[in-house]
Amino acid sequence: MDFNPTKEQEMVRKMVRKFAETEIKPIAAEIDEQAIYPYATMKRAAELGLMGMPFPKKYGGSETDYISYVTAIEELSRVCGSHGVIVQTHCALCTWPILTYGTEEQKNKYLPDLCTGKKLGAFGLTEPNAGTDAAGQETTAVDMGDHWLINGTKIFISGGGIADVYVIMAMTDKSKGNRGITSFIIEKGTPGFYSPKHEKKMGIRGSIASELVFEDCKIPKENMLGKLGKGFKTAMTSLDVGRLGIAAQALGIAQGAFDETVEYMKNRKQFGKSLDKFQALAFEMANMYNQIEMSRLLLYKAADRRSQGLPSTLEAAQAKLACSETAMYVTTKAVQFHGGYGYIKDYPIERMMRDAKITEIYEGTSEVMKMVIAGSVFK
Amino acid sequence: MKIIVCAKQVPDTNEIKINPETGTLMRDGVPSILNPDDANALEMALEIKDNNPDTEITVISMGPPQAKVMLEECIALGADKCILISDRAVGGSDTWATSNAIAAAVRKLDGFDLIIAGRQAIDGDTAQVGPQTAEKLDIPQVTYVKEYKFSDDMKSVEVKRALEDGYQIIDVKLPCMLTAIKELNTPRYMTVDGIMRACDPNLEIKVWGAADIEVDLDKVGLKASPTNVFRSFTPKPKGKGVYIEGDTPKEKSQNLVTGLKAKHII
Amino acid sequence: MATVNFDEYKNIWVFAEQRKGKLMNVAYELLGEGYNLSRELGDGCKVCALIVGKDIGGLAEECFAYGADKVYTIDDDLLEVYTTDGYTKVVTEAINEFKPEIVLYGATFIGRDLAPRCAARLDAGLTADCTHLNVRVKNYIDYAEKNTTLNTESLDPEDPAKNLLMTRPAFGGNLMATIVCPTTRPQMSTVRPGVMDKLEKREGATGEIVKIKCELSKDDIRTTVKEVVKAAKELVNLIDAEIIVSGGRGVKNADGFEVIRNLADCVGGVVGASRAAVDSGWIEGSHQVGQTGTTVKPKIYIACGISGAIQHQVGMQTSDIIIAINKDNDCPMMHLADYALEGDLFKVIPELIAEWN
Repeated sequence: MDFNPTKEQEMVRKMVRKFAETEIKPIAAEIDEQAIYPYATMKRAAELGLMGMPFPKKYGGSETDYISYVTAIEELSRVCGSHGVIVQTHCALCTWPILTYGTEEQKNKYLPDLCTGKKLGAFGLTEPNAGTDAAGQETTAVDMGDHWLINGTKIFISGGGIADVYVIMAMTDKSKGNRGITSFIIEKGTPGFYSPKHEKKMGIRGSIASELVFEDCKIPKENMLGKLGKGFKTAMTSLDVGRLGIAAQALGIAQGAFDETVEYMKNRKQFGKSLDKFQALAFEMANMYNQIEMSRLLLYKAADRRSQGLPSTLEAAQAKLACSETAMYVTTKAVQFHGGYGYIKDYPIERMMRDAKITEIYEGTSEVMKMVIAGSVFK
Repeated sequence: MKIIVCAKQVPDTNEIKINPETGTLMRDGVPSILNPDDANALEMALEIKDNNPDTEITVISMGPPQAKVMLEECIALGADKCILISDRAVGGSDTWATSNAIAAAVRKLDGFDLIIAGRQAIDGDTAQVGPQTAEKLDIPQVTYVKEYKFSDDMKSVEVKRALEDGYQIIDVKLPCMLTAIKELNTPRYMTVDGIMRACDPNLEIKVWGAADIEVDLDKVGLKASPTNVFRSFTPKPKGKGVYIEGDTPKEKSQNLVTGLKAKHII
Repeated sequence: MATVNFDEYKNIWVFAEQRKGKLMNVAYELLGEGYNLSRELGDGCKVCALIVGKDIGGLAEECFAYGADKVYTIDDDLLEVYTTDGYTKVVTEAINEFKPEIVLYGATFIGRDLAPRCAARLDAGLTADCTHLNVRVKNYIDYAEKNTTLNTESLDPEDPAKNLLMTRPAFGGNLMATIVCPTTRPQMSTVRPGVMDKLEKREGATGEIVKIKCELSKDDIRTTVKEVVKAAKELVNLIDAEIIVSGGRGVKNADGFEVIRNLADCVGGVVGASRAAVDSGWIEGSHQVGQTGTTVKPKIYIACGISGAIQHQVGMQTSDIIIAINKDNDCPMMHLADYALEGDLFKVIPELIAEWN
């Protein structure tokens, strides 16, 4: 057991921190305020290699380990949670399932552009009537002999309308429940595929979430991803990877809010002394610091298990639960310690608090994480 | 084209603080960085390589073994290979002695077309090692380079050299030494692929001692250096000034101007 | 290193840099400093100007007027514009021939190109960017006690040594170091422009002029200067300004500098800036005051929204009067200031302009 970062992990942190501080921090408030997708900085992130980190070199990836990968998302999220989730969704929920379940033809067709960030990936599972209970899928895919015909609606899809490649789940056999779900690859611009409505969100407003609508959308037969009826497994295993990314996003938001608060407390004076001299506040900061570090250890353990190819469903759920709850706890306290300044948009703290909340919800709510963990405890 | 970049690992002087009680430098926890002007020098080399893929970039540094970390970052930025001159025998070298060591190391390499150095390092701010190395290698130099354009045959380079009140356009044949200023370019970031290359166990940063560079021991190190530190100290903190009283900006402004007039400052 | 016979080395030389037939300000400053040092050294030590260029004979008179005892000139068509190779050759040959004990260069963009090249050729020690010079230990002790935290107990005021004690900032101005060249001659240093004081002009002063024969051929010069361009914009003359109004991070953006300009116009000053403001692209680099910018010592320095990083302080702390306007009463600049005005610069400055008028 070695708790020291490797050279690779250290260098990734340094590089992404510098990039994030220099290029992303100055625009973070604006993309939040106006809810605009950060095309320019995401293009730069792609050029630096952040869109294909843990994937094989033969498909355009860099073959980093998963701790480096989560470190990159953590550092992006430290200044902007939107950037963090864009990278994570693309990598874990689109690139990863194509790599893992795709045919060689599909991999050669999609992965080089995804790993280099020339194309952006997205993932469609959630529907108006199928949230946590993903088996309630109402989107259907019908085998028409020479093509599949897709009909239905997905909601809250990160990158919807922006992304170029979508991995979506649809019912191919309603009678089989989860085993009747199959996954497909759908490209932007396919006739009958629209994303009409962008959601107006509370946080991560630079990451666009949209509705996806399929109206008699014809897709080629070869776009089925994985085996017929195995879509639920594709989705669940992808979410195991996704939870590492969301945990990293949450951890980054917590760290960002914490770092801002440390600086603020050193400089803000009340009653003739700086805030860090008030023990009640300083002790709470000590707790926050500990929470962040504990969450980080869980996350890196989960990421390390994935690097080693060990089962990590439980560990990813533990990491996501811990990191997202830490993010909520730390950002809420950070706003409190900033007082009135924490509540206005001159400081990034209120944005961080809004961004933090989603990490307890998407890619499995905290309750789902507890189901996974409890399931392991009482198996 | 073969390019040598001279780089130094320096403490980030923006992060250095003075202990108010003892008046000594607090260097603990101060990060070590690639000297900023040297980052501009490396960026120029990388730009040349972007446009001429057969370019080979070798970064040379002198310093303690820890400077390897900075050289690994140079690899992650895109340099091809790195050499660290590290030996007790060269420790404590002043700029003259440092240039002897660097020139000796350059002579051990398989030739070069261009050497690029940063104008100066932020720890010493001397701007002397570049020109002194050029002199020891008997090649022409242009310092304070802010723009450049190679001739079509890549045998000479036209550079814009900054002056306090303008610039000179200077044409110089290769091989030569150029020193870079921050206006020259914006250094790029490391890339993930670059980092993976820097972490490749097959890539080894060469560490050369005095024997490897075959330098005369009476030309390097503390004893050989013509300049010595006689004393070092921190500037004296100034006495407390006057705090301008007043409840409003207007009142404070009035009090300030009144105060200045009373002392006949204005 | 060859041992040198110190007795052969006499006098203080100042490389009196000229551009287009006009002496740089720093040349006068160095003559002033060289004059003082030569008198401290005694034994008939002279301060001598070395003027290199084309048709520069007329500048000798200027040098005498500002303190030179003797002037050496090297005049040649090939020396019309500065080239590293041309100037290094003639300067090092002159030094080898006349053996000055001390050579001072201005730490200009040219002086800092020439001096190290000469030092390497002469195998002599060179100290960069000096801000204080002494030759007598006694005077050095006086300087140190007045301005620094140096414990001077180990120094002997009666010390007969006459080595040049060259003091300069290091680590971005966080530390000062005094450098000596005990084993080589000449002792050389580049000196920061704007730091030393020039003497009162002595109209009509004269002295000996030595014309050094120039043996330079075209082949000696490996660079071609195709053009010398003066910046189209008027040079920001921070060095000569009596009042400087500087803006820093607190100015917030490029538009914010309008407020700084207004105050500068009102008080008849020049606009300066901190590195943070320049690096953020709010104002051009030519306005930058500090270690990496210009060193200034105006009568009044008004720092607006500048927290006072050490590297900025180094460039302005010797100003006669420092006024700081800052929201943070505890920042270093407010401590450094003679007058500290706590407040939002955008609210204070308009009021200050009204009051000043």
